[in-house]
Amino acid sequence: MSDQTIYALSTVFGKSGVAIIRVSGEDALLSISKLTDINISNIKARYAYFTNLKSISGEILDKCLVLYFKSPYSFTGEDVVEFQIHGSKAVISSLIDNLGQLDNYRLAEPGEFSKRAFYNQKMDLTEAEGLADLIDAETSEQQKYAIRQMEGNLKNLYEGWRSDLVKLLSHLEAYIDFPEEDIPQSVIENMQNDVFKLSEAIKNHLQNSSCGEILRDGYRVVIVGPPNAGKSSLLNAIAKREAVIVSDIEGTTRDSIDIHLDLGGYPVVFTDTAGLRETEEIIEQKGIEIALQKVKSADLIICLFDGLKDNTQLFDNISKDSKNNVLIVANKSDKLTSEQCFKLKNKGYLVISAKNSSDINKLLSVIQDNIKQKFTSGSNLLITRQRYKEALNNALDNLNRFNFDKDIELTAEDIRLSAREIGKITGRIEIDEILDKIFGSFCIGK
Amino acid sequence: MTENIFDVIVVGGGHAGCEACAASARMGVKTALITHKINTIGEMSCNPAIGGLGKGHLVREIDALDGLMAKVIDRAGIQFRMLNASKGPAVRGPRAQADRELYKKYMLQFLKEQENLTLIEGAVEGLIFEENNIKGVILADNTEIRAKSVILTSGTFLNGVMFIGHEISVGGRVNDVTCTGITPYLKQKGLRIGRLKTGTPARLNGKTINWDILDIQSGDEKPQAFSFLTDNITNPQINCYITHTNENTHKIIRDNFSKCALFSGLITGIGPRYCPSIEDKLVKFADRTSHQIFLEPEGLNTDVIYPNGISTSLPADVQEQFIHTMKGLENVEILRPAYAIEYDYVDPQELDSCLSVKKIKGLYLAGQINGTTGYEEAAAQGLIAGINAALFSQKSDKTFTIDRSEGYIGVMIDDLITKGVDEPYRMFTSRSEYRLLLRADNADQRLTEKGWQIGCVNKYRYGVFKAKKQAIDEFREKSKELYISHSELEQRELNIKQDGPKRSLYNLMSYHDVSRETVYELFPQIKNIKDEIYEQIEIEARYAGYIKRQFADIEVFKKDENLKIKENIDYSKIGGLSREMVAKLTKVKPSTIGEASRIPGVTPAAITAILGYVKK
Repeated sequence: MSDQTIYALSTVFGKSGVAIIRVSGEDALLSISKLTDINISNIKARYAYFTNLKSISGEILDKCLVLYFKSPYSFTGEDVVEFQIHGSKAVISSLIDNLGQLDNYRLAEPGEFSKRAFYNQKMDLTEAEGLADLIDAETSEQQKYAIRQMEGNLKNLYEGWRSDLVKLLSHLEAYIDFPEEDIPQSVIENMQNDVFKLSEAIKNHLQNSSCGEILRDGYRVVIVGPPNAGKSSLLNAIAKREAVIVSDIEGTTRDSIDIHLDLGGYPVVFTDTAGLRETEEIIEQKGIEIALQKVKSADLIICLFDGLKDNTQLFDNISKDSKNNVLIVANKSDKLTSEQCFKLKNKGYLVISAKNSSDINKLLSVIQDNIKQKFTSGSNLLITRQRYKEALNNALDNLNRFNFDKDIELTAEDIRLSAREIGKITGRIEIDEILDKIFGSFCIGK
Repeated sequence: MTENIFDVIVVGGGHAGCEACAASARMGVKTALITHKINTIGEMSCNPAIGGLGKGHLVREIDALDGLMAKVIDRAGIQFRMLNASKGPAVRGPRAQADRELYKKYMLQFLKEQENLTLIEGAVEGLIFEENNIKGVILADNTEIRAKSVILTSGTFLNGVMFIGHEISVGGRVNDVTCTGITPYLKQKGLRIGRLKTGTPARLNGKTINWDILDIQSGDEKPQAFSFLTDNITNPQINCYITHTNENTHKIIRDNFSKCALFSGLITGIGPRYCPSIEDKLVKFADRTSHQIFLEPEGLNTDVIYPNGISTSLPADVQEQFIHTMKGLENVEILRPAYAIEYDYVDPQELDSCLSVKKIKGLYLAGQINGTTGYEEAAAQGLIAGINAALFSQKSDKTFTIDRSEGYIGVMIDDLITKGVDEPYRMFTSRSEYRLLLRADNADQRLTEKGWQIGCVNKYRYGVFKAKKQAIDEFREKSKELYISHSELEQRELNIKQDGPKRSLYNLMSYHDVSRETVYELFPQIKNIKDEIYEQIEIEARYAGYIKRQFADIEVFKKDENLKIKENIDYSKIGGLSREMVAKLTKVKPSTIGEASRIPGVTPAAITAILGYVKK
């Protein structure tokens, strides 16, 4: 295991100019050959390369600077590779994701870079102290975020799996360690089924984790409203370019149109929709239908109306039905008197002018706040999640090996290793916890 | 008054004390064993059995280091069983019923034959200190006996108090006195002392049991010895019997809960959960209407029966009543009632991995005084303390420690010194993270070389070990060089996946459903390989993938284990450590980074901070 190559984000997670991801270990160069255009056979150490950053499948993610530090002349004393990329959450997360797919690569444990540096006699006393402060800050921050995130359903979910595993393990261990006691054979008979259910649950969870999806596909903001409320103009103002046809004739936008933006480091997809109204025209009806479907899958709905017309009752159904966030926005402030604007604001609406681009930034910052809330609380979350993902994948691998065709101590080993992985998320499993379960569930002892 | 000077004094002649003094003497230093009564040396105070899961592993490890326990039980055993024989090799544990008298007899014989060892009858009631160094012991009659190092193996004797119902008596064991003198000396040096509890069931007269109506539990047909050096078990083998408690039994016990020392609050010490009293079982598993009780003869020439499963702190008359409700015991005569015993122990976090007390140079502790339970756990600690006390007395710069990846002894000592105890500590195989490697069958391969290097293993054993090791290595090589084609395997209708033209013998041995007979038929040239040699390679092959992973884990583990922390480190001076971490680390004073990381609650950040202070 010590041979594994480790990687981690070395800068603070979040939107920033530059983010640095460090890789250390025997196979560090593999990351360069797999994820950049550089030919590693004649790579120079301590030389900054400007190159494409690619995914394993060859898709270009970003431009980046790559530095290679040859062992032993590096921070850890091992081969080290440094990726300097743009500090976008999406780019960071996809690079980390790709590194994780390389052979023998894994995410570094807290303090692991400095520990390796220490093993290789690369660190002196003061350095170690300084680093400890840093790691302490880092881990407690991470813990804070992890805990916040886990307050909801996730916490219950992981805790539940963990306690299932501990229970399974305690049954196996009781069966192994107390052969003299009359422990019923039935306790291990149902186990195969329990393990199957557990691994299915973990598999499903890994496939549909929602924050991950948002990072992959973008946070979906859908703009709805009556015809000619200025939806397309708003989108243009946001995109600051003429991406959607805008005209004064009602019903210009028949289909939904997507604009991808980077908002505060998060990928966001804005969707314009056909205006909502009663219509006989088939194509337009179709457009409205699509608009309503989009509303259902949206993370945030902007209900836009013409400030002069005050027809917000159109949105009643949307705000009632939708579990998602709804923002009601009055457009065309350029045509309103200041008294009219004041009245609308008093009703709790945001008032903007798409045409003059006024108060668009205010709208964007409200949207950004909503995204942050969706991500529970921001910055280090993604890293923590990456840890979870890795741990869950490992747990699943071990569960997949589980069967009763082999010696029972090997079966127990599968569960033990799996439990150890989940324990990396929720806290270490101590042997006493298993013994507690054994003594709690069986009458042991003479 | 001062008497002769020894290198090492061992206080206490129980299972820890016997191994401690024998190991120290084997190391070639002048050793004394001081015990209350020479004729209770090696007494089995509770159940008449040695071994079991985890415990059997410990006995094999003791043997691999040339200790006595395995050799003695092989000579005193009257029923041998390999527990978990139907499960895999890593979780098989040898166990044997002992003839109590024979056990004592052979133990005493081995000690008497041991060079460099003097047996002294006396009661140690004080310790001689010079500053923070131990210099000897003081007997009840004020005789001082000096030594360079001292090992305390006091068992349940430190302020021992016995309970039968509400009846309280003072003593370290039934018919034995207690020792009140030593605890104050330890407290004076600032050691943390606590109370623990254990118990032993009533003893029954076998002549008054109706054996004919009871289920028999017999031993293995081919008894397997504990010691790697024993060829044959020669004692006649006996049966044990099984009876059960019933609703009537339970009713009597429930009706008398208020008379029991445990529930009435008389006993404050904590007892082991895996050795619950019958009243504990009734409270915890209220829905069970029956519990099994093993009736174990205490020897070949005695009628005393040990009823395994009904230890209790109820009064004698209640014991009499409920025992008579059980099948076969309707008219049994109770020779001695069950009792509970409470005694002093020292927080094992006061110790280092040599079992040396960190606050007192030259003082070592082993056995129940460290919060453990069980003969085997005690003996294993005695052995380690004995070797280290001997090294200390010679001012050697060496120590002898076993780490978690080398043996169950290491797992136990590491658990004790890093985590402390909150109930008497007993070994289980589930305590080991490297269980597949730490097997009873390969204890010699793991430890004998190490013991030879330090000097606690004699030449004869080392020779036997070397020959076996060579045979294993040769057979391993051979098994990887011999091949068989898939067409041949197919002819025999063996259910083996085809993923190449041929298979090695080594690979073939990893299959459960390929019997040894089949292997011999396919490879007649290996027929003369000894069973024990064949077995080692078979296990390796069978565990292959898992073992590879454990070796990788061990490599990581060893790195931290090799980073030593200076003894007098001042944690409050280390930047980046929270006050809580400083308190935890100062209390335990870990000697390696690995130990530090296993102290409950110590964080990765704290470990990084200490790294800077590690001895290079």
